[in-house]
Amino acid sequence: MIEVEGLTKKFGHIIAVDDISFKVEKGEVVGFLGPNGAGKTTTMRVLTCFLPADSGQCRIAGYDILTQSVEVRREIGYLPEDTPLYQDMSVEGFLKYVAEIRGFKRDEQKKRIDKMIDTCGLESVVKMDISELSKGFRQRVGLAQAMIHDPQILIMDEPTSGLDPNQIIEIRTLIKKIGKEKTVILSTHILPEAEATCGRVIIIDKGKLIADGSLDKVKALSAGENIHRIKIRGDRSAIENQLKSLPGARDFKMISEENGLFGYEIYAEPDRDLGEEIFRTSARNGFILSELYRERRTLEDVFTKLTAVEA
Amino acid sequence: MRGIWAIAKKEFWGFFNSLIAYFFAIIFLGAVNILFIFMVLIPNGQLNLTPYFDFLLYGMWFIIPAVTMRSWAEERKLGTDELLLTLPVKDWEVVLGKYLAGVAFFGLILVLSFAVPLSTALLGNQSWAVVLCGYLGLLLVSAAFIAIGQTMSAFTRSQTIAFVLSLVLCLFFLGLNNLGGLIALPKGLSFFINYLDIGYHFDSIARGVIDSRDLIYYLSLICFFLILNKYWLDRRKWA
Repeated sequence: MIEVEGLTKKFGHIIAVDDISFKVEKGEVVGFLGPNGAGKTTTMRVLTCFLPADSGQCRIAGYDILTQSVEVRREIGYLPEDTPLYQDMSVEGFLKYVAEIRGFKRDEQKKRIDKMIDTCGLESVVKMDISELSKGFRQRVGLAQAMIHDPQILIMDEPTSGLDPNQIIEIRTLIKKIGKEKTVILSTHILPEAEATCGRVIIIDKGKLIADGSLDKVKALSAGENIHRIKIRGDRSAIENQLKSLPGARDFKMISEENGLFGYEIYAEPDRDLGEEIFRTSARNGFILSELYRERRTLEDVFTKLTAVEA
Repeated sequence: MRGIWAIAKKEFWGFFNSLIAYFFAIIFLGAVNILFIFMVLIPNGQLNLTPYFDFLLYGMWFIIPAVTMRSWAEERKLGTDELLLTLPVKDWEVVLGKYLAGVAFFGLILVLSFAVPLSTALLGNQSWAVVLCGYLGLLLVSAAFIAIGQTMSAFTRSQTIAFVLSLVLCLFFLGLNNLGGLIALPKGLSFFINYLDIGYHFDSIARGVIDSRDLIYYLSLICFFLILNKYWLDRRKWA
């Protein structure tokens, strides 16, 4: 759906985007992650034909963004950063305007607007001026505007910034719903957001792509391993003997001891989940396993680790 | 084409959405009419519409920059230009749509100002040919001013700066003739300067002489500024 190759964009001496390449397949929800000023917005502006790249090739839905920019824009729905909207138009008037520019005939416009009002929950504000709307409703109008032509690809720049927690959850739910049918790219500097909505993340820092993959893969990339924490009762040397020979485990460490209840951290090889193995081993040997959990690295850890390496 | 139409419609009604349209229409028509009635009609006691056209012309110099200053400056300030320019329309279609809306809006104001020639016609014999030529001239001048104002508006995020820039530039085109008279210039150059002067072409049309050279002059002025507007939008791409 989206192919980006060697994308570079400079503003004067500053390199905003530095030789970025990635591909997004149909139906993926990709989170663009990076600190403020990493080049997320610039990349999105290039993809939506607002800014041209200095070098590199981008194809969207098979169209080249430089030479076939109108075709590209037809395939894309775009929600720019801070959701710019015409303040003095009504919600309905604004959606009608976008539908008209997008070339829909009158009765088709009506149908699409009704559908968007329904999808984005705008019934109560249809006749209101956009300037009177709360931030959450504005965001929904922005989304409605971006989806009115039922685009294959949806590009959203910080879709939840400035919203309160309830609104954030609403918008995320909406994005997830959309993501089932469409290709979505959204940018954020808030990591839990990417965790909540995206199946895949691309991490950008200082214009460079530093990680790309599924959430789990990117996390593993940073951690290099999964950590399992267990609390187990039994004979200590017998336990440790078993842990040593546990398939997939690289190392382990005792971290606590309380009345014969031992706490261990077990480091697994990358992409290995040892949970079942640990359970079976302890059952076989008559140990009493009272706690077992896998510590999933949060994106925060990954992010800090990956961007710190660059710094 | 559908894009141009949609944009023109939205921009045209946009003038009425804010109070700006009514405000400017009232100020403009009110001031021009009052000046005309009290400074020309009553003291002279005779029907001569030439001063009325002059008042309209100089009123336009002030009011058109005020009408067009929002055009791009506000889009850039609110960031809606990013929305607009990522819709599937070509840049020139957006420029043209906005421009047509401006011309239509000001055309409407000119239609309203037609009340004066209509009422003076009741008072006595009036040469409709002169009136219509005068209006044709005004329409052409306003079309040129709107192109200038809209383009100046694209240069900045500030409506005030846009207003001042277009005020100065419109004055420049209005006053070139007088400016040329102030300094001794070679004959060829002074002819050239005369040719660039908006008033010079307006006068000849208002006198009832519709010359293709005058029409070409206005058309090229309009095209020049609209093309400048379009290229200025592209400039974001070179930055």
